[in-house]
Amino acid sequence: MIGFLTLLRKEILRFWKVGFQTVAAPVVTALLYLLIFSHVLADHVRVYDDVPYTAFLVPGLVMMSVLQNAFANSSSSLIQSKVTGSVVFMLLAPISYRAFWAAYVAAAALRGLLVGLGVFVVTLGFTGAHLAAPLWILVFALLGAAVLGTLGVIAGIWADKFDQLAAFQNFLIMPLTFLSGVFYSTHSLPPFWQQVSHWNPVFYMIDGFRYGFFAMSDVSPWQSLAVVGVCFILLAALTLELLRRGYKLRM
Amino acid sequence: MVPALRVVGVAKRFGVTQALAGIDLEVAQGDFFGLLGPNGAGKTTLISALAGLVRADAGHLEVMGHDVQADYRQARLKLGVVPQELVFDPFFSVRQTLRIQSGYYGIRHNDDWIDEILANLDLTGKAEDNMRSLSGGMKRRVLVAQALVHKPPVIVLDEPTAGVDVELRQGLWRFIRRLNGEGHTIVLTTHYLEEAEANCSRIAMMKAGRVVALDTTAKLLARFGGGTTSLEDAFMRVMKEAA
Repeated sequence: MIGFLTLLRKEILRFWKVGFQTVAAPVVTALLYLLIFSHVLADHVRVYDDVPYTAFLVPGLVMMSVLQNAFANSSSSLIQSKVTGSVVFMLLAPISYRAFWAAYVAAAALRGLLVGLGVFVVTLGFTGAHLAAPLWILVFALLGAAVLGTLGVIAGIWADKFDQLAAFQNFLIMPLTFLSGVFYSTHSLPPFWQQVSHWNPVFYMIDGFRYGFFAMSDVSPWQSLAVVGVCFILLAALTLELLRRGYKLRM
Repeated sequence: MVPALRVVGVAKRFGVTQALAGIDLEVAQGDFFGLLGPNGAGKTTLISALAGLVRADAGHLEVMGHDVQADYRQARLKLGVVPQELVFDPFFSVRQTLRIQSGYYGIRHNDDWIDEILANLDLTGKAEDNMRSLSGGMKRRVLVAQALVHKPPVIVLDEPTAGVDVELRQGLWRFIRRLNGEGHTIVLTTHYLEEAEANCSRIAMMKAGRVVALDTTAKLLARFGGGTTSLEDAFMRVMKEAA
């Protein structure tokens, strides 16, 4: 347990020491999205009858920030440790592969949630708070952060250099998060693209999370919970198996 | 008494390279053991296999009687490894690095021992400095400190004095000899054969993934020294005969 707590603390310290880059900058980025998109689209788009577009946009931006930063934390920390060679200090120690995974994912989730909270707080001034079902907000924020934190562990283990990690981030994580209904409801898409969106697990994270704010969503939050829950279990199982085998960590 | 290290029939291949081609080795508790060989002989691969960084294709390895795979937690608790590469985490100070390393081994509140290690390695004045600001020799000494935070009974040093100046090197050896005197088993790889000759009671010489000579330092010198008392001469002769 001390091994797990130490690794968790180290991972939190790591991102906290560069908090401008890891927490403040993503909050500012999300705020810029809000300013630009709400300015351009507020008068043109109305997704749900009683919800102004800016208010609709906020949960999407919060969740997108949670997910992207959770992924960024575990993946960048691992690849840095691999490239600098300092990963050896963790590998030499009697830390179990489960503790290793749990510490990386918990720290990633914490950073994601901190950024998400920051985005939520700075956007309060624009929209006020709508919190129809807070428990759903918490469940999807935690589960979504854990899924992306786990995906970050996979990417960090798999990538041998920063370029490969950037590819993972830009060709997989970014499209999945951007094309998930952050900026729109999938109901506004043509049927084909609506179907495609429903194959994107991030869509369910955003949709379930948004349900917590407005008690309205494109699909039932229970369906979203099932999809996101299954994703988490599958990815966690895969990651634990990779770590157990020492894939790309122990030769 | 269980041996400090036990290596039985260990083989490891990386692609076309047979890094270890069947190694059998025992190191008794309290030994100061030298592992010598040219570059590519398999010394670091063998150390990595003992540390669990490399998985052997065949054979098995034990640290203080604990199998490094099946009983990896106990095996790793008993082992401290100073890696050959000069690696460090640029986010932390020397003290933070050592506290974190202690935590990895399940130890809290380790500052008394950390201070003692720092003093012995002449690092006290650098305790609060960031790792990035240290010279190569200082980083090397922090690596030694990291390997000692959990007071392991077996300490493996993979070329610990590379890039360390003469004065600090002597201080390092004094500290390591003291640890050996207190009962710690020391396993050392080095290219400075005079260091091995001065410190090691037993020596294994490796070539191309095999142990080609294994005996006490005195006997190796008597057998291969060719009338001289130089370990370097003995080493050259062993390597030539093994060709």
